[in-house]
Amino acid sequence: MSTQLTHPAVSCLEVSKSFADLEVLRAISLDVAQGEVVSILGPSGSGKSTLLRCMNRLEQPTRGLIRIHGDPMGYLEEAPGRFRELPERDVARQRRQIGMVFQRFNLFPHMSVLENIIEAPLRVLGSGKAEATEKALDLLARVGLSAKRDAYPEQLSGGQQQRVAIARALAMEPRVMLFDEPTSALDPELVGEVLDVISDVSRSGMTMVIVTHEISFARDVSDRVVFIDNGSIVEMGPPQQVIDHPQEERTRTFLSRVKQAELA
Amino acid sequence: MTMQSTATPVQLLPRRDYVTPVLWVVLFFMVLGVVINLFTNPRWRWDVVSQYIVSEQILAGLATTLWLTALSGIVGIAIGLVTAAMRLSKRAPLRMIASVYIALSRAIPALVLILFIYFFAALVPNIEIGLPFLPPLISVPTNSVITQFAAAVIGLTFILGAHLGEIFRGGVLSVDKGQQEAARALGMPPSTTQLRVILPQAIRVSTPAGANDLISLFKNTSLVSIIGYTELLTTVQSIYARTYETIPLLLVACIWYMALTLLAMGAQRLLERRMSRGFSR
Ligand SMILES: Nc1ncnc2c1ncn2[C@@H]1O[C@H](COP(=O)(O)OP(=O)(O)OP(=O)(O)O)[C@@H](O)[C@H]1O
Ligand SMILES: [Mg+2]
Repeated sequence: MSTQLTHPAVSCLEVSKSFADLEVLRAISLDVAQGEVVSILGPSGSGKSTLLRCMNRLEQPTRGLIRIHGDPMGYLEEAPGRFRELPERDVARQRRQIGMVFQRFNLFPHMSVLENIIEAPLRVLGSGKAEATEKALDLLARVGLSAKRDAYPEQLSGGQQQRVAIARALAMEPRVMLFDEPTSALDPELVGEVLDVISDVSRSGMTMVIVTHEISFARDVSDRVVFIDNGSIVEMGPPQQVIDHPQEERTRTFLSRVKQAELA
Repeated sequence: MTMQSTATPVQLLPRRDYVTPVLWVVLFFMVLGVVINLFTNPRWRWDVVSQYIVSEQILAGLATTLWLTALSGIVGIAIGLVTAAMRLSKRAPLRMIASVYIALSRAIPALVLILFIYFFAALVPNIEIGLPFLPPLISVPTNSVITQFAAAVIGLTFILGAHLGEIFRGGVLSVDKGQQEAARALGMPPSTTQLRVILPQAIRVSTPAGANDLISLFKNTSLVSIIGYTELLTTVQSIYARTYETIPLLLVACIWYMALTLLAMGAQRLLERRMSRGFSR
């Protein structure tokens, strides 16, 4: 474990991704330190989701390597510099250290809230039912939904569903959390409750990568902001720099457009 | 003072409909005609029907039909699941085998298929198990394996399995892609993802069509009378061949087919309600 302290939590090295002829990510290199909160901003179609999905290997990069706490995602390092692609079962094991929250929640509709949260700990980690339930109830209390433990997802509002989805991801005790536009599918009045929960998680020292269009939230919660356009990192730095004093023309254009949209 | 407060109260009337009352009258006379015929036409021979309906021979035939349905149904469901999994596999040879199987089952009429399987020995006299181009490890005469019963079960499951395979595949494809992504993101291996997340939702979607197939199977068992396997229809045929009471005996078979089909439809509704946990639609 002590050697892992020297590794970044997430390390992307020249990651590229193409869908057929479309080059979506172009040699992206990005390190996220342990406990760091990084927000990714950028216009629609710039490759933000794809980058996030490459981090937990829901998407396979065409080139480049991603390491999570030093562990090369999707590969076994057979010899220094020689990587053998792992079977899906082993990639699944690697993913257990990474939690992900989706724009559209993706709760399991045939399971109650409690069942949604304990499913992976029971089946994947082999936790006991009593232990998993106790932890799930703690998490439900933390996201303010203790009363909903026996409800089914369709009986919940979008904001409640997203809070359950966060609890479900946290139940695996991941070392890194990925959020892909967690509030974009929500009615405006429900955004706040979800952002509150995410800020709360960030205060616990969790390493987080957040794709979001909520600029002021990104400013408050992030240690660092990355602006992506057209599959490349345009600008990156502390929020006071990237959001309040952007150096690049493209960043300025994007931010002013988002602010106009918020005022409208 | 506003305009509304002085206006006379409005009266809203439904649309005029002359067609529905006429249809009711037509329906009434149709039902009346059938009922009168049932009671007054002596050729129904209700005395013969009541004599045979719960006779030992008929009940034995019915039991065989039910046994054939149950066995073919269970094997057919298993084959259907495997076929769906193969058609959705990322391995091309598995997809090809499943596609050819489905094409065959669509192309060959059920009656022809059952006959073909029953007379399979004429094509392959001995069933041999072993490696290609080497002497077989096991060799048995085909006729000893493919009895009437075996031919019946193989023929019925062949058709049912392919059909259910397509239904299950449709069910799997109807599950939102986000479900699989969420399961994978939680670190679930592929088997857990399929069994715990995808399959329960796919089965829910497949239940109505699948249950229909099982009910059809119950009636399709009558096809195996072509190879002389003694189920309900064959039993009935063998009796009227002797007594010439054709209509009343066919009626006996129909009554049993209808009664059990109604029962199965009730079970289908219960099952669908149970499967819809967490879905209000
Ligand atoms: N599975 C796929 N197959 C083909 N093209 C894809 C696929 N996934 C994404 N793309 C394309 O890749 C590009 C980047 O998509 P991505 O979802 O990463 O953008 P994004 O920055 O997250 O945008 P948004 O803000 O709209 O979510 C888009 O042009 C998209 O159409
Ligand atoms: Mg996106």
